Amino acid sequence: MSSDTITSPVTQLAEDPAELKVVPARHYARWAAGVAVIVLVAQFAHGLATNPVWEWNVFRDYVFSETIVQAVWVTLQLTAYATVLGFLLGTVLAFMRLSRSPVLSTVAWTYIWIFRSIPMIVQLVFWFNLSALYKELGVGIPFGPVFWSVDSNTLIGTIGAAIIGLTLHQAAYAAEIVRGGVLSVDHGQLEAAAALGIPRLRQIRRIVLPQAMRAILPTAGNEIIGLLKGTSVVYVMSIGELFYQVQVIYGRNGRVIPLLLVATAWYVVLTSLLSVAQYYVERRYARGANRTPPPTPIQRVRRFVAARRLAATRQLAADRRVVAARQPTEKT
Amino acid sequence: MSDVMVDVHGVHKSFGLLEVLRGVDLKVRAGGVTVILGPSGSGKSTLLRTINHLEKVNRGWISIDGELIGYRRSGNKLHELKEKDVLKQRTGIGFVFQNFNLFPHLTVLENLIEAPVSALRRPRKAAEEAARRLLDRVGLADKADAYPRQLSGGQQQRVAIARALALEPKVLLFDEPTSALDPELVGEVLDVIKDLASTGTTMIVVTHEIGFAREVADTVVFMDGGVVVEQGPPAAVLDNPRHERTRAFLSKVL
Repeated sequence: MSSDTITSPVTQLAEDPAELKVVPARHYARWAAGVAVIVLVAQFAHGLATNPVWEWNVFRDYVFSETIVQAVWVTLQLTAYATVLGFLLGTVLAFMRLSRSPVLSTVAWTYIWIFRSIPMIVQLVFWFNLSALYKELGVGIPFGPVFWSVDSNTLIGTIGAAIIGLTLHQAAYAAEIVRGGVLSVDHGQLEAAAALGIPRLRQIRRIVLPQAMRAILPTAGNEIIGLLKGTSVVYVMSIGELFYQVQVIYGRNGRVIPLLLVATAWYVVLTSLLSVAQYYVERRYARGANRTPPPTPIQRVRRFVAARRLAATRQLAADRRVVAARQPTEKT
Repeated sequence: MSDVMVDVHGVHKSFGLLEVLRGVDLKVRAGGVTVILGPSGSGKSTLLRTINHLEKVNRGWISIDGELIGYRRSGNKLHELKEKDVLKQRTGIGFVFQNFNLFPHLTVLENLIEAPVSALRRPRKAAEEAARRLLDRVGLADKADAYPRQLSGGQQQRVAIARALALEPKVLLFDEPTSALDPELVGEVLDVIKDLASTGTTMIVVTHEIGFAREVADTVVFMDGGVVVEQGPPAAVLDNPRHERTRAFLSKVL
C-alpha cells in the first residue's frame, strides 16, 4: 500500500523514462565564492594596468632590447648545458649507486651527499676562484709526472666555471631522480631482458630507461624549470645572464620595478615553453602505457569544435522539422 | 636416454638460510616434454630458473646440449662465466614467465625482434619476417603493431611464447605459464604449447594443469621439499604414484 503511494507519482508523471527532465543541483555558495575571487582578480589586474609604479612604457622599451635578448640567450645556454651535462653525469651516478660494486656505489653516494649539501651559490663562488685552488690543470699519470698542463683560468673562464658549477649541482639531484625512475621499473622487465640474452647496455638503453622515463620526466621537468630560474644566481660571477643584466640596467637608471618585470616576463615565457615541451615529451614516453592515449589539448579543442558543429547542424535540422510540422498541410 | 638435452646434476640452492633445492637430479631427452608438478614452495620454479642461470646454484651443475651453464670447467674447478657469456648462453634457452613480462613500451613486433636483432645480430628485416611467421603460428598475425597492454592475458602470453621462440632456442622453459590467466584464457595458451610439443621442441613446463601433463608430457616429475620425489611417464606418476607425498598432492589437486 505505502510503496504504491511512493512510486505512483513517478509512474504517473511519465511512462517513458526518457521524458523525465533532470535538474542539476544548484551550488549557491560555490557561485558566491567564484564571484568574490573574480572581483579580487579584477582588482589586481586593474592595479597592474593603472598603477604608475609599474612603468609599462619602460618595460616596453627594454623587454626586446638587444642587451636583454642577449642576456636571455646566455640564460638559455647556461640552462641547456647544465641540463644536458647534469643529466648525463646524473645518469652515470645513478647507475653507479645501483651498481653491485661497493666502491662505485659509495663514491656515487658520497658525491650526491656532498653536492646536495653545498648551497649552489657557495659552490659557484668556489669555481669562480678555481685558479686559487688549482693554478694549473694537467694530464698525466696519477700522482706521477704531468705531460700537458694549462692555466686553469684560460681553460675554463667565467662561463665555463658557471657551467661546471651548475652541472655538478644538477648532477647530484639528477642522479636521485634517475635512480628513482630506474627503481620504479618492474624487476620482471630486467629478468625478461636477461632471459632473452639482450646485451647489458642495450637492456638499460632500450628496456629500462624508456620505462623509467615515465617516472623521471615529471620530476626532471621540475628540476629543469628550477634550473632555468636558478641560473639567476650566477649573477654573483658577473656573467651577463638575464638577472645580472637587469640589475646592471636598473643600477644605472633606477627603474627597478619595470626592469624586474622584464626579467619576470621572460622567466614566465621560458618556463611556459618548457612546460609545453614537457607535456609532449611525457606523452611520447607514455606509448603503450594506456590502451588509448588521451588527446592533446589541440586535439581536444578540435574535437570540441567538431562536436559543437555537429550538434548545431542537428539542432537546425530538428528545428526545421518542428517548423514543418507546425505548419499543417496548407500546400496540399 | 642417450641424447640428453638438459642435464641437472646434484643442484643445491639456498636463499640465505632457506635451502630451496636440496640435490636435484634431472635428465631431459631432446625433443621431450617434461612437466614438473609439486606443491608451492617445493622449489620447482627455482629449479627452472637455475636452468637458464637466472639463479646461480650453490652446488652441482647444469648442462644443456653438453654445454655447462654459467660456468666453464677447467680441471676440477668451475669458473663462473662473465655476464656477457651467460647472456649468450641464454639465447639458446627460451623462458616464458608466469607474468608474461612483455616490454610494455614496445609493440608486439618490436618485442619479438628485440633479442634476435640485439643479441644474435640478425638483420632487422629478416627478424621481422621471422617474427611475423611466429605471430601467425600463435594466431596473432593481426596484432603485430599493438602494444601489449592492448591485448588480453592469453594473447600476451602467446606473444611471450613467440618472443621466446624468436631466438630459435634448443630448450623452452615455461614457469607456470597459465597461472596468471583467467580460466577461460588458459586453453588458448595450452593449445599453443601442445602445438609446440608436437613439433619436437624440447620443453620443461612447471604447471598446475594436471590434465595438460597427462595429455602432453612424456615425463612427469613430482617435486617436494627441494628434491625430486618421483618421475616417470604420466600414466605411472599420475595414476599409480609410488610415493605417499605424490599421492597426497594429487588427491588435493585432482
